[in-house]
Amino acid sequence: MKNELLKTQEVNEGVNKRRQFLKLSGMVVIGSGLMMACSSDDDGMEPQPEIFDLGSGNLGILNYAYALEQLEAAFYTKVLDGAYWAGAAAKEKKILEDVYNHEVIHREFFKTAITSVAPNAIVPPLEFNFSSVDFSSRDSVLGTSKILEDTGVKAYNGAGKLIDVSDAAGKVYLTLAGKIVSVEARHASAIRDLINPGSMDFAGDDILIGLNGTAKAFDKAAEPADVLAEVGATGFVVTPFAANNLPTA
Amino acid sequence: MNFIKILDALSNKDLLSKAGTRRDSFNQFKKLGSTVALASIPFGLAATSSKSKAATKAMAGPMGTNSNTDVLNFALTLEYLERSYYQQGLDAAGLIPSADQTVFATISKHEDAHVEFLLAALGDAAIEEPVFDFTGAPGGLNLNPFGDYPTFLALAQGFEDTGVRAYKGQAGALANDNDLLQYALQIHSVEARHASKVRRMRDEKGWITQSQNTLPEAFAGIYGGATPESNKMQGGVDLSGMFGAFGGDDGLTEAFDEPLTMDEVLAIGGVFIVS
Repeated sequence: MKNELLKTQEVNEGVNKRRQFLKLSGMVVIGSGLMMACSSDDDGMEPQPEIFDLGSGNLGILNYAYALEQLEAAFYTKVLDGAYWAGAAAKEKKILEDVYNHEVIHREFFKTAITSVAPNAIVPPLEFNFSSVDFSSRDSVLGTSKILEDTGVKAYNGAGKLIDVSDAAGKVYLTLAGKIVSVEARHASAIRDLINPGSMDFAGDDILIGLNGTAKAFDKAAEPADVLAEVGATGFVVTPFAANNLPTA
Repeated sequence: MNFIKILDALSNKDLLSKAGTRRDSFNQFKKLGSTVALASIPFGLAATSSKSKAATKAMAGPMGTNSNTDVLNFALTLEYLERSYYQQGLDAAGLIPSADQTVFATISKHEDAHVEFLLAALGDAAIEEPVFDFTGAPGGLNLNPFGDYPTFLALAQGFEDTGVRAYKGQAGALANDNDLLQYALQIHSVEARHASKVRRMRDEKGWITQSQNTLPEAFAGIYGGATPESNKMQGGVDLSGMFGAFGGDDGLTEAFDEPLTMDEVLAIGGVFIVS
């Protein structure tokens, strides 16, 4: 489940030993940089390149959220530099500009918050590659935006229970996750409605699930390993990072 | 700056232990709905809040299944309200234009499922459905949501934004049960999808700027409260003025939704509850 990215790499011959180790230990490593880092590693003698790990406990969850917000903010930065946005209708432009602002604010908030508690354990600024997105195409931009926002929603929904609320800070983190996830859901709704106006897609059967036999009326809640595997599969993340110590329950 | 220390000061202890007072959500709705005159809601709220704070301090104790039951019944009451509202709206001939039927049929279906899910989760502990009056008469109002589409849309926005804030306010109380917490979050973000859609149908942004809204003045509480939507303190840090290039304080307040306490939600919902 968590090794979509690693599986892809298996195809690449000559990188076997490290790969197998990574797979067996259940590591989640994101970032196309990993492949390059490992490709000079055929003899298995060179030291393993240092890959940032998100960490454990609440810090790990904060870093996880920060990494996702970095991805979103970087994407919308490119959107606002692109030809589609420049030529879009005024209302649509404003929606994307607002979303850009919100994601930058989320990113900077996490940066400030994590730096103040763990200045030496914060995810570094990540590098991204959006060459697979056509920023002059409405379909390409909104389609990618939809995926990122829906991913944000299920990521926060799944992270909530992983936050340790045994101390006051943990409770604040949980509330903060709640404050942000609903804004991501508002984004997802608006973007989906731009793609298919007036339809049910703002909260569509394609993204919602049923619980205990009900109709589809609930957002998903995804584990970090699954979210990161999906994010890794997009190829957007260049700077490799690992998530081997996040809480799982 | 010590982030943790600042966070300490912000902790939501009131909310957490309030559930431990085991009060019956339904009765609160009833009481507030029938006794609080509309114009005095802000003051009524303040009085209720300080009273329950005092009570909470006296009764602070560990949370158990009963408090979770209270929270779920609180959620169920909101979902009953929404379900009834959309059903009546869809049943009102000529109210919802055909172009908007899909949207409200979708929202209605979701609220049905939320009620069904909560009923199953609560079993015998589930409260019965209250009697609703969407004219707002229990709160001294005289609205016509099922005969006037703009009013229907306005109340729909109010209920959805209230729902988002209500679930958010209970996350801490459900944190002792991973499954319940996650279920609540899975409903919470769907309410936010609804809210965004309905707001945009009314030519508001999908997100909430400061505490601004275009609802009747009587519903200011939906965007106000102890932590109003205009809140600029996050994680104990005052972020005002920090995002000039990114929408400024308006963008900042849009980027974070805020919780409502149970009492604040009860005061809003009580306006529509007869018994």
